[in-house]
Amino acid sequence: MYLLKLSLQVSHVMGAIKTQSPLPRTFSRGIQTVTLIPGDGIGPEISTAVMKIFEAAKAPIQWEERNVTAIKGPGGRWMIPPEAKESMNKNKIGLKGPLKTPIAAGHPSMNLLLRKTFDLYANVRPCVSIEGYKTPYTDVDLVTIRENTEGEYSGIEHLIVDGVVQSIKLITEEASRRIAEYAFEYARNNQRTSVTAVHKANIMRMSDGLFLRKCREVAENYKDVKFTEMYLDTVCLNMVQDPSHFDVLVMPNLYGDILSDLCAGLIGGLGVTPSGNIGANGVAIFESVHGTAPDIAGKDLANPTALLLSAVMMLRHMGLHGYAKKIETACFDTIRDEKVLTKDLGGNAKCSEFTADICRRVQDMD
Amino acid sequence: KHTTIMMATLTKAFKPILGRQLGNTAKLFPGLSCTCNTPTECLFIVYLQPPPAKYGGRHTVTLIPGDGIGPELLNHVRELFRFSCVPVDFEVVHVNSASTSEDDINNAIMAIRRNGVALKGNVETNHTMPPNHKSRNNLLRTSLDLYANMMHCQSLPGVQTRHKNIDIIIIRENTEGEYSNLEHESVSGVVESLKIITRNNSLRIADYAFRLARDKGRRRVTAVHKANIMKLGDGLFLQCCKEVASGYPDIEFDSMIVDNTTMQLVSKPHQFDVMVMPNLYGNVVSNVCAGLVGGPGLVPGANYGRDYAVFETATRNTGKSIANRNIANPTAMLLASCLMLDHLKLHDYANMIRGAILTTMNETRLHTVDIGGQGTTSEVVQSIMRIIQSGGPLTTEI
Repeated sequence: MYLLKLSLQVSHVMGAIKTQSPLPRTFSRGIQTVTLIPGDGIGPEISTAVMKIFEAAKAPIQWEERNVTAIKGPGGRWMIPPEAKESMNKNKIGLKGPLKTPIAAGHPSMNLLLRKTFDLYANVRPCVSIEGYKTPYTDVDLVTIRENTEGEYSGIEHLIVDGVVQSIKLITEEASRRIAEYAFEYARNNQRTSVTAVHKANIMRMSDGLFLRKCREVAENYKDVKFTEMYLDTVCLNMVQDPSHFDVLVMPNLYGDILSDLCAGLIGGLGVTPSGNIGANGVAIFESVHGTAPDIAGKDLANPTALLLSAVMMLRHMGLHGYAKKIETACFDTIRDEKVLTKDLGGNAKCSEFTADICRRVQDMD
Repeated sequence: KHTTIMMATLTKAFKPILGRQLGNTAKLFPGLSCTCNTPTECLFIVYLQPPPAKYGGRHTVTLIPGDGIGPELLNHVRELFRFSCVPVDFEVVHVNSASTSEDDINNAIMAIRRNGVALKGNVETNHTMPPNHKSRNNLLRTSLDLYANMMHCQSLPGVQTRHKNIDIIIIRENTEGEYSNLEHESVSGVVESLKIITRNNSLRIADYAFRLARDKGRRRVTAVHKANIMKLGDGLFLQCCKEVASGYPDIEFDSMIVDNTTMQLVSKPHQFDVMVMPNLYGNVVSNVCAGLVGGPGLVPGANYGRDYAVFETATRNTGKSIANRNIANPTAMLLASCLMLDHLKLHDYANMIRGAILTTMNETRLHTVDIGGQGTTSEVVQSIMRIIQSGGPLTTEI
């Protein structure tokens, strides 16, 4: 009975779409293997911190570390190493640290490669104000869902004549429908009351018009969730004045990029914001969205909060709500206490001290 | 005055010959002052803007009421001007947003070409209409080549906001970029929208930004872009900005990616001074900044072209939900009319009205609903008129 309840919970949390194959039932009693990609710069330190905290919480997670430096596959196309790809496809869940994009390496950014390899079409960023980390905005509780594969970031650009450049923004029916469906599923499964589509259809009539039409069509099937449409500029204006009006926002790529970073800024920056990428075939990669911070790499000064909160998001996705709550509460308590904070949060403790404090709180809870 | 007319005729005569040498960079843009010491110096470096339509000492300005709160706010502007005896006559041109023919907007454009200056409300765009029905506002901007949108965001002391003492100038390219209206559906279900960036327009807007910064004594210009993803498009924009920056060594230049910019704006807005950017990012950033200083009812905006200038509220909202209820905030539109008076060189009137507006805003606390008060539009306007009358100049009866 317990097994049944847990497996039902699992398929409902992060919006499992009906057409997808159900998530593998290796959780509940057994240990779930998760692919861990430490990343570059401060990546390894914060990954170690997260692993330590999970160990202290006795979470049933086994980590499989993999590296994702780009390699040239057969046919000359850049790809991620096959071991990493295989591991991800087997485990379906991944946790990723920051990856650096070398400027003149000749290959596209690693994040782009990962996105293309696993068809990560939705980027989900829940932004909730953190008690204890004061920002001018105190009542933020919204989720931005951004279409991650097309739109303005299609990468198709041409030099028409010398001095005139054309960039193409691609909007397709399929991708718009997919992201709209994901957004509504997410809203339904996480008890969210409304979904707002953000667009600029007064100017980009056909492209954003298509996106809106698809959203409206999908909204018909989800009558329990309220659907509204708002212009991008109105959203920006209102977001900065009163963010409590917003719930779930769904939008194409560029607007999503700008708005999700805007919302991250409202709660305190990229150092405390979790993020998850959902792909086709049940793959989900959770990541920290900050940079690699090469200037503090290896000095035990990094803040693991972003990666930790993304890992908590991952636990919720897998249905391990108890562990997720425990670790999240410990993390927020440490920040609220303000005794052991890393430099970017306003204190001067080391990363290891911060981690140890969270581990202690987690163990005390048991 | 005679030298000005002489210079104008001479410049026009010499222009075909000197045209190529003068090039784009020799033009002076409206909104900026020019100090020429000798007529000959002016001849070679100044291309004068066409003089405003000034007959009998009075200027004529085109007025486009628009939709939503536009008509009522512009009525208040006219009332205030009449009361303060401002020598400006308005030629009203209505643009019907529901009609599909472009005659209305073409009439408006013709009127602006005639008068040189306009004050407008926002014309609503119904986005369920087919794509060939273009946004009227956009059509106006591109036909008149109003390439620079300038918005000065300043915190007003009487208004409660989360961030204090913000002072940012935003310059947004107004004609190209994502607003090119070039879209097509090559395959069913796949729509392509083109974003155009040209070297000429980028150089032009960057030049405007730097000249404005120098004119107003600003120290830094920040270019906002997304060149890490749109390498050719925004890369070209950034490159043009850098080229222009090298000609202004006294002004610092840096660049920032748009998502980082929005994040910094909500956490540390005081690091920004003057910002220059392409069209869409300008839309986002200007709305974020307007929100930071207190909302859409407080910030005026100006669209400058080489020959024409159109003034409106910065965030271009129609305000349909608050139309005709006497609760709209008239500050943005009134400040925009002051910008217009400055452009017409009626500085005394502009300063008088602006002073009265700021006094009403800061001291008497007669705030409208959008900034947390309970005042009505007419109360605010009455208060401004009372302050002007008490200031002593000639006015009509209230």
